[in-house]
Amino acid sequence: MIPELGQFALALALILALTQGTLPLVGAARGMPSWMNLARPAAQGQFVFVAIAFGCLTYSFINNDFSVLYVASNSNSALPLQYRIAGVWGGHEGSLLLWVLMLSLWTMAVSVFSSHLPDDIIARVLGVLGLISVGFLSFMLFTSNPFDRLLPAAMDGRDLNPLLQDPGMVLHPPMLYMGYVGFSVAFAFAISALLSGRLDATWARWSRPWTTTAWMFLTLGIALGSWWAYYELGWGGWWFWDPVENASFMPWLMGTALIHSLAVTEKRGAFKSWTVLLAIFAFALSLLGTFLVRSGVITSVHAFATDPKRGIFILAFLVIVIGGSLALFAWRAHRVGLGGHFEVVSRETFLLTNNVLLVVAAGAVLLGTLYPLFLDALGLGKLSVGPPYFEIVFVVLMAPALFLMGVGPLARWKQASLPELAVRLKWAFVVSVVTALLLPLTMGQWTPLASFGLLLALWIVASSVTTLWSRLKQTPGASLSKKLRAQSRSYYGMLLAHVGVAVFVVGVTMVKSYEAEKDVRLAIGDTVELGGYAFRFDGLNEVKGPNYTAVRGTLTVTRGGAGVATMYPEKRIYNVQKNAMTEAAINTGFTRDLYVSLGEPVGDNAWVVRVQVKPFVDWIWGGCVLMALGGLLAVLDRRYRVAARARTREDALAAGAAAAS
Amino acid sequence: MKPRHRRITLIVAGVAGLAVAAALVLSAFQQNLVFFFTPSQVASNEAPQGRAFRVGGMVEVGSVKRQADGVTVHFTVTDTAKSISVAYKGVLPDLFREGKGVVTQGRLENGLFVASEVLAKHDENYMPPEAADAMKKAQKTNQKAVSTIVNVPSKSGVTTQ
Repeated sequence: MIPELGQFALALALILALTQGTLPLVGAARGMPSWMNLARPAAQGQFVFVAIAFGCLTYSFINNDFSVLYVASNSNSALPLQYRIAGVWGGHEGSLLLWVLMLSLWTMAVSVFSSHLPDDIIARVLGVLGLISVGFLSFMLFTSNPFDRLLPAAMDGRDLNPLLQDPGMVLHPPMLYMGYVGFSVAFAFAISALLSGRLDATWARWSRPWTTTAWMFLTLGIALGSWWAYYELGWGGWWFWDPVENASFMPWLMGTALIHSLAVTEKRGAFKSWTVLLAIFAFALSLLGTFLVRSGVITSVHAFATDPKRGIFILAFLVIVIGGSLALFAWRAHRVGLGGHFEVVSRETFLLTNNVLLVVAAGAVLLGTLYPLFLDALGLGKLSVGPPYFEIVFVVLMAPALFLMGVGPLARWKQASLPELAVRLKWAFVVSVVTALLLPLTMGQWTPLASFGLLLALWIVASSVTTLWSRLKQTPGASLSKKLRAQSRSYYGMLLAHVGVAVFVVGVTMVKSYEAEKDVRLAIGDTVELGGYAFRFDGLNEVKGPNYTAVRGTLTVTRGGAGVATMYPEKRIYNVQKNAMTEAAINTGFTRDLYVSLGEPVGDNAWVVRVQVKPFVDWIWGGCVLMALGGLLAVLDRRYRVAARARTREDALAAGAAAAS
Repeated sequence: MKPRHRRITLIVAGVAGLAVAAALVLSAFQQNLVFFFTPSQVASNEAPQGRAFRVGGMVEVGSVKRQADGVTVHFTVTDTAKSISVAYKGVLPDLFREGKGVVTQGRLENGLFVASEVLAKHDENYMPPEAADAMKKAQKTNQKAVSTIVNVPSKSGVTTQ
């Protein structure tokens, strides 16, 4: 009964989405307020029904309703409650439902927090979001229904993949999807700008907080995924340039370009067409990413052939969205215009260069991700693209981008002077070069790459300090704290996010340059030395979990005789799927992680054990968190709310005047 | 410089920069393509010498042998027609098992495939598509081979008699 209710709710949501995606757009084109006003109630009603559907599926999971095919494939009665809930988005159908839930959540948020927007704009934005929702809801209802019944019902479920039974994996997909789907709002704003031909600083101010929020979630989502891979896969790697990861990274790169381009559009009215194009690309890559990961193309191109309905639907949807919006762009972009002029040396140029570098990087990732799929689909052979390709491309493309991150915020808009910039940044440069040359020596070994990476990170920090300092000097005010308070939140957000990038770069550089790893055979009582730490294998015992049994090793770690930690790596066997799983033991520190994982038993009481020392690895995710916090600060900037309030006050006054007359 | 000249310089610099970036990306791309070969293809010397590539198939039952150091493993990957000996030093993935599909990446050294990576995915029923493909191909050629073997003796039988 409950699953049928869910299905019915989805069907109703589809009808509302159709309403939301057509009538308000027609109304906006023809200037009919009553049609435009349908957008908000339709969007809110759609949210209610999608939420009901999601609730129904969750209910089926919690109550172990194995007469629902999707529940039977992704859950089990022995699964702990939190993972039964996470199981809702553990497979293809449920993650589509999560996607739609996120979309309707964003749409709902737009409909609520948009009282200051003109009616025709909001009708168009919600209309476009409605159309996207139509695509997803019909994809779900016609090809991937999560509520399909399994008759007769299964005795028990096939269980959730043990890898996904982890707190990180509970949070990762919702975060990531919040980001992916959030770019649909930026996309909807861009399309509405093309439709109305109105794209100005006000437009940019409306769409900026939405875009930044989406970017913030995407940043956190990717970081969570990377962190999960690090501790759960048992290999100690934090990024594999795997197609699944690339699928989330491409929209991030494009989104990063977009938030910078939007800044220029708001401040200078420039880069208009470019901004619109980036918004289209960011969303297109989000769609591509969702489908790449969830359609099974990556595991096998031939999954398409076994279920052609899904494949064809996906391709058609991508073609309609990307092709349609690019066609609209070609047709209407001239009405939007290019925007203000600027000189060769100016902040605009620096930002444009960064934008181009980010887009090229996204293109390089796209090439490396899709090329093997294409070749395979065409039957031209199988190959894979090695991680060194991505690494070389990123070092070379991102090095100038990171350098410009230091220069851009200090350069003047419209026209800057290189000699002046050089003078202002000379100390930042000298300090970062000297420190970067000396710092690797403290690690015991100097390598050019370590020095170079640290140079870029230090340069970003030093130039950010310089920027803040010179900004404070220009601010009138008696005391330093007053001056500090006079700066806007979005300015601090920018600085914080840039420092986050620096922290991230430190993490990557140190791990790449100084990580140590050893695979050894350890019998009980044996000790292995690595990176100054001694790992002693003290014993093994058996442990029983809720739905698994495990062998747990005990290792005592010492450094120079002093105790550092006791670590308990596990090898788990999950009861239902009988899969072995390595559960690594990690000792986290500010400047290093110790990482121990059990391989397999060899002979009596001896195991192959992998021990690793990972310097500064947590800085990688710490940097991402700082970037996201920077985004949060920027979104909380007063000017977005002040503008909103001013507008409502004007409306109130106008309404009052109308009433009085 | 006049503004127009400046703009031209900017455009030229931009295009040149993009061209360099594209050239770099493509050459790095070319160098890092890792091709996939089946054990049969390796046996007929189609795989490159001195360049990394991937081999996939099934881990032959009873072929996994740990060396005395406890860390190096030798095993045989087969596509049912031909097989190839693989050496790998380190911890094997959780789902690496005899009789299951596997994909390894490495180089040929004197007929031994020295693997730097062993990939086995985290799903009991999952066979890496490359491995499945290798087996299928081999089975097809096997059938051909079987039919020729069936034909050949009858002919040779005639001639020797």
